Amino acid sequence: MSGVRQDPQLLGVNPPLVQGGRDYHDVTDDISSITEAKVYETPMKYWIALACTSSVVLVLGFMLSYLVANGIGVWGNNRPVGWAWDITNFVFWIGIGHAGTLISAILFLFRQKWRTSINRSAEAMTIFAVMCAGLFPLFHTGRPWRAAYWLFPIPNTDLNMWQNFRSPLIWDVFAVSTYATISVLFWFVGLVPDLATLRDRATGKMKQLVFGFLSLGWRGSARHWRNYEAGYMILAGLSTPLVLSVHSVVSFDFATSVIPGWHTTIFPPYFVAGAVFSGFAMVMTLLIICRYLLNLQNYITIKHLENMNKIILVTGSIVGYAYVTEFFIAWYSGNPYERFTFFNRAFGPYWWAYWSMMTCNVISPQFYWSKTLRRSVPFMFCLSIVVNIGMWFERFVIIATSLHRDFLPSSWGYFQPTWVDIMTFVGTFGLFLTMFLLFARFLPMIAISEVKGVLAVEKHLYSETQREEVYK
Amino acid sequence: MAAIFSKTSDLILKVAGAVIGLGAVSGIAAFAYLSYPTVIDTGYQPKQPVAYSHKLHAGELGLNCYYCHSTVYKAAFAAVPGTEVCMGCHSQVRQASPRLEVVRQSYASGSPIHWVKVHDVPDYVFFNHQAHINAGVSCVTCHGRVDQMEEVKQVKPLNMAWCIDCHRNPAPNIRPADKVTQLDWVPDRPAEEIGREIIAQKHIDPPTNCSGCHR
Repeated sequence: MSGVRQDPQLLGVNPPLVQGGRDYHDVTDDISSITEAKVYETPMKYWIALACTSSVVLVLGFMLSYLVANGIGVWGNNRPVGWAWDITNFVFWIGIGHAGTLISAILFLFRQKWRTSINRSAEAMTIFAVMCAGLFPLFHTGRPWRAAYWLFPIPNTDLNMWQNFRSPLIWDVFAVSTYATISVLFWFVGLVPDLATLRDRATGKMKQLVFGFLSLGWRGSARHWRNYEAGYMILAGLSTPLVLSVHSVVSFDFATSVIPGWHTTIFPPYFVAGAVFSGFAMVMTLLIICRYLLNLQNYITIKHLENMNKIILVTGSIVGYAYVTEFFIAWYSGNPYERFTFFNRAFGPYWWAYWSMMTCNVISPQFYWSKTLRRSVPFMFCLSIVVNIGMWFERFVIIATSLHRDFLPSSWGYFQPTWVDIMTFVGTFGLFLTMFLLFARFLPMIAISEVKGVLAVEKHLYSETQREEVYK
Repeated sequence: MAAIFSKTSDLILKVAGAVIGLGAVSGIAAFAYLSYPTVIDTGYQPKQPVAYSHKLHAGELGLNCYYCHSTVYKAAFAAVPGTEVCMGCHSQVRQASPRLEVVRQSYASGSPIHWVKVHDVPDYVFFNHQAHINAGVSCVTCHGRVDQMEEVKQVKPLNMAWCIDCHRNPAPNIRPADKVTQLDWVPDRPAEEIGREIIAQKHIDPPTNCSGCHR
């Protein structure tokens, strides 16, 4: 019996999730060698990329120091636009994280095997995105060292006052901190078997100690695996509602207020879809870069990228539908203020932001109806960036256009960012990309043990000769 | 493969964990204590351009606070007197004193003396002197015994907890209108009782919502 009948690749459907005929040992080698490489063995293009992104981190450091030294007046937000780039960027980064949770939790529970090559990096991305997001609420206080008891209900002798528990802002603090905690735990638990692999392969004493410490005494016994899988399942179960709840609560920041343009019940599902949409676009951007920098084409295949593009198409269409619904409801409600807000959004002073959002979010994902474009790497790379530009504009449009027309025309204004606003946002990209590049180089960026699980489909290819026959 | 960790590793780990944990807790506690306004702000006593003694003027000579800080009854800001107010007396009194050199120069040139603000609340706090003074809150409640200070220093924390304590229970700090600038006034019966009567009479209801002080 040859591999022809059984090998799905030759049937042209469901190609193997790992390409290039890699076997169990190859998988371990391929992934571990990235972290074990000497400095000069890692491709130069990686170090150049890291040098660029870490210089941008310095910009972020300078901007935050400048903010703390001078107060938040260095940002452009002022009456009537009291919330501007800070919360726009916060929502943007929190949204980015959602793809990681969706891939690691929901796709896990739905037994989507293609998640195995991308879940580790998507989870890491979630954590870094939440870190970037957290910077904005932390620093918008102007005095981040006091933020602990301003944001969290910690007893203190400085305020003699609790947070307003009826305010969605405090719900947000709990939602995001829960999300950060669960994401870190989930990521770390998933890493344990792979860290043990690295420990066992480590040559230096120092590496052995570090990986030995981090792998928590993992020996890979049956009992370990049983506990691990139960624990992983529980964390997946805990994370699943978070995919929906975190961005719902973020949307409450707006939806529970009485500002026309914010006060709508559609916000929670609309925000969640947008978050997944932007998150997948960001995973796409990062994976295409890493795939290129670290030569991971065998693991992150066109099949993986295509699947993600399908999710981008679905969520992008939901977002587009939500935009249309908002306009419909503004008209249908008969509320003149609501109507004015939406008319003003599209044709007022921020028309350029609105139409950027519509073009990037509603029109651009529709290209993915075409299979050719869905599988073209340069196209999807560009489109993933376009989507994220669009999703940033979505938050900006919601926040700035709803606020700049205050209830009294005498209070109308126009928000413009300052250079500090702009460079702080650019700086968070530096932090995000630097963290991600460091992660990709120093930790196994593909879940070795999980990828081996999906290799099992090829167990029948037991010999070298048979493999050669199948893979030519 | 030889074991990476020796048998004592568990103990070392536990001890290290305990040390790091205790270190973190005490570090946070120390930071929390040291960063409180009562610790870092109280006692602030900047050097003023003129060696003006409140103890002499307000204490020994008995000038009313209102004589110099003349806007307190009708404005949010308690005016720092112009050089002309100083010269109102010092064109007659101690005309040649070397300690008044800066004042005379300022008077001659018309450029004001750069007094350093001592009681400085953050920009997002809108404190109104008029509202407090007219309600019967004395100067001494927030500024202490300025009439005994050679150079003014901050003696109260001026942080939000301190403000809000009084806003929630103003009675102990409310006194009759004519006693507001009398820093050494001693009530003849419990201050809270007097305060409660004045509160009832003037319908004083200090705000405890955010926009009371932050707009």
